[in-house]
Amino acid sequence: MAMAGPDIEQLIREAFPEAQVIVTDLAGDGDHYGARVVSQAFAGKSRIQQHQMVYAALKGQMGEALHALALETAVPK
Amino acid sequence: MSNPTEQRIKDILAGNDIVLFMKGVPAAPQCGFSGAVVQILSGLGVPFAAVNVLADPEIRDGIKAFSNWPTIPQLYVKGEFLGGCDIVREMFQAGELAALLNNKGIAVAVA
Repeated sequence: MAMAGPDIEQLIREAFPEAQVIVTDLAGDGDHYGARVVSQAFAGKSRIQQHQMVYAALKGQMGEALHALALETAVPK
Repeated sequence: MSNPTEQRIKDILAGNDIVLFMKGVPAAPQCGFSGAVVQILSGLGVPFAAVNVLADPEIRDGIKAFSNWPTIPQLYVKGEFLGGCDIVREMFQAGELAALLNNKGIAVAVA
């Protein structure tokens, strides 16, 4: 029921090749992660749309194998 | 998409200004993310309707399809999907959540 941090990072990178991606294992238990994704692809999108784009990159894992991902998205300054 | 579950969700949203779909109940959240949103809403002093998705599997799946959002909690204000825990927390910390509620005509105890 868990996902490895590097797998999460790879899925996000595949969808956002130019992005800055930082995945952190928040609790050290392989089940609660934080991700910060900074990508030009988010420009002009609402927060909801930005998070939906990352969830799409995770290909259905979010809410399934991946229980908890605290997500922070931003456009490069 | 039109089905009984979707209609139930629409009815719930139509009947309440603020609706939180969560795991557990406000007094006893079953998930830290749901609990965090309950705390934020309570801190703002706004009344909200809570729907415990753990007690209702159809709503649990239905709400994810409704909003195209894979996780619980989900917060709605006047029928509009605001986001999950991360977005609600970000908006709260930036003061945007109180401002949005005020704009929608919902009185906030603490600005």
